[in-house]
Amino acid sequence: MEWLGPAELEALKLSLRVSFWATLVTLPLGIFVAYALARWRFPGRQVLNGLVHLPLILPPVVTGYLLLLTFGIQGPLGKLLAEFGIVVAFRWTGAALAAGIMAFPLMVRAIRLSIEAVDPKLEQAGATLGASRLFVFATVTLPMILPGVIAGAILAFAKAMGEFGATITFVSNIPGQTQTLPSAVYAFLQVPGGEAAATRLVVISIVVAMGALLLSEFIGRRVAARVAGT
Amino acid sequence: MNLSVRLKHDLPDLKLDLSFDAPAGVTVLFGRSGSGKTTIVNAVAGLVKPMAGRVAVDEWELFDTAQGLWLPPHKRRLGYIFQEGRLFPHLTVRQNLFYGKWFAPKGARSEDPGKVIDMLGIGHLLNRRPSGLSGGEKQRVAIGRALLASPRLILADEPLAALDDARKAEILPYFERLRDEVSVPILYVTHSAAEVARLATSVVALQDGRVLRHGPASDVLADPSVAPAGVRAVGAVLQVRVLKHHSDGLTELDAGGASLFLPQIPHKIAEELRIRIPAQEVILSSKRPEGLSALNVLEGTVDTVRAGEGPGAIVSVRTPAGSILARVTRRSVEALGLEPGKPCFAVIKTVALAPQDVGGYRRGG
Repeated sequence: MEWLGPAELEALKLSLRVSFWATLVTLPLGIFVAYALARWRFPGRQVLNGLVHLPLILPPVVTGYLLLLTFGIQGPLGKLLAEFGIVVAFRWTGAALAAGIMAFPLMVRAIRLSIEAVDPKLEQAGATLGASRLFVFATVTLPMILPGVIAGAILAFAKAMGEFGATITFVSNIPGQTQTLPSAVYAFLQVPGGEAAATRLVVISIVVAMGALLLSEFIGRRVAARVAGT
Repeated sequence: MNLSVRLKHDLPDLKLDLSFDAPAGVTVLFGRSGSGKTTIVNAVAGLVKPMAGRVAVDEWELFDTAQGLWLPPHKRRLGYIFQEGRLFPHLTVRQNLFYGKWFAPKGARSEDPGKVIDMLGIGHLLNRRPSGLSGGEKQRVAIGRALLASPRLILADEPLAALDDARKAEILPYFERLRDEVSVPILYVTHSAAEVARLATSVVALQDGRVLRHGPASDVLADPSVAPAGVRAVGAVLQVRVLKHHSDGLTELDAGGASLFLPQIPHKIAEELRIRIPAQEVILSSKRPEGLSALNVLEGTVDTVRAGEGPGAIVSVRTPAGSILARVTRRSVEALGLEPGKPCFAVIKTVALAPQDVGGYRRGG
């Protein structure tokens, strides 16, 4: 990686770390929310659905500003977290939070579709055989939706790698701390002579995005074949 | 063990209000589609929550709305055999079979897996996945899966309806073995009179969400007012013994001292069977018929004459072989002077004893 300058390498590493944690932490929640939306009828279901999709339709800068208001040092949740020694504002964890929230709708949509494709009659069959709801989920539903879960996770990872608007609004653009790949591209383009570095990062972005897409297709197909029992 | 069911439930187009008891053996819920059969089974399983009622296996209550008691399905110790099998597609046959075993309480009376697998003839399928199985194989695995869950109650919702006749003939014997070898009550839903005749220890005939008749198969099927699948379902169920296989392709059966002939069946000499004789395959004669091609003529006396709606009537004739039912016209009833006590002859066309109506028989019914 000698052709990458230290600042560029740092941005790439940071982006990978931010995206990895953003995906990993939101995945269980994403599966839960997708299951709730697909299977349960409860008051406020449409509100939950709207909230989940909000980051997809709001301007990212608005989402970033709302995060700043909520999780900033003066924000209500930011203050609460600070009591426990957790600060997310202007830290890489904040970048992960922003990326996770922005990627959440894509993840939930992919997983929800795959849950809706599972016949509830199979889950009923599991229950009649003595399996509790949680056990039916773990042994019937989850294995059958695995392709959707993997696709959702990889989609979310790719989205997190590219997140820019909310991140830069919420945690700014601090090299080595919150300067992710897109932020770095933006920064290099702001200074004279930065085009070469920017171009290198653009190429990396494209490779990562395409790689994620191909990987998700590949894994998805393998798992789907295994689950379908062929 | 005894299953007792009392239910009240309103569906958009059906009001259920019924109660019945199901002893060990097969209790068949028999009725047209829309008569509430599947809803009853699903309420027993806990998949549908009825408005009111109580279901218990002996003293063990599955639910009782009066007490606010409701066990979730997974605590009911069921073996539910669905119409469509519902095998888990991502698991092998072996994993499907043993799925319920994980949850059976320790020390529960359980079937020996080897025996079940042998009985169902699925030993060679254990490492396959459901997508590679035929319809009949899938259903056999589904039966095994239900059995190996150590159930205290077996439910079967039209388990043969999705199969063609050949597959039905393949699966029915397994249910007969289940009836004869498993000591828990089996609640079996069907609208096929042939399945009732072969399997039922007792029959609950349903109409519009109510119990129309409840009793042994031979009684309920003989009642023209029941006829859930239309008057064609009316027929007599006789208990017979295989007497002899003749060289001309016929098998001779002993029915209470009288002989009946039917096209050769694979059952062994001296084996006990149940046969069903549909009422519309029986002709009545006031004199001993001569010059007829039909082989089976039973002498007897008229027991009852029941006129249904329309031109038909069902005449029950007591013969040494048991009660035979005949569907005749009311005009014939008058012309022959058929009334209780009148001697007459029942003529049964040999072909009427269709192989699919012939079943193994061991227990009372």
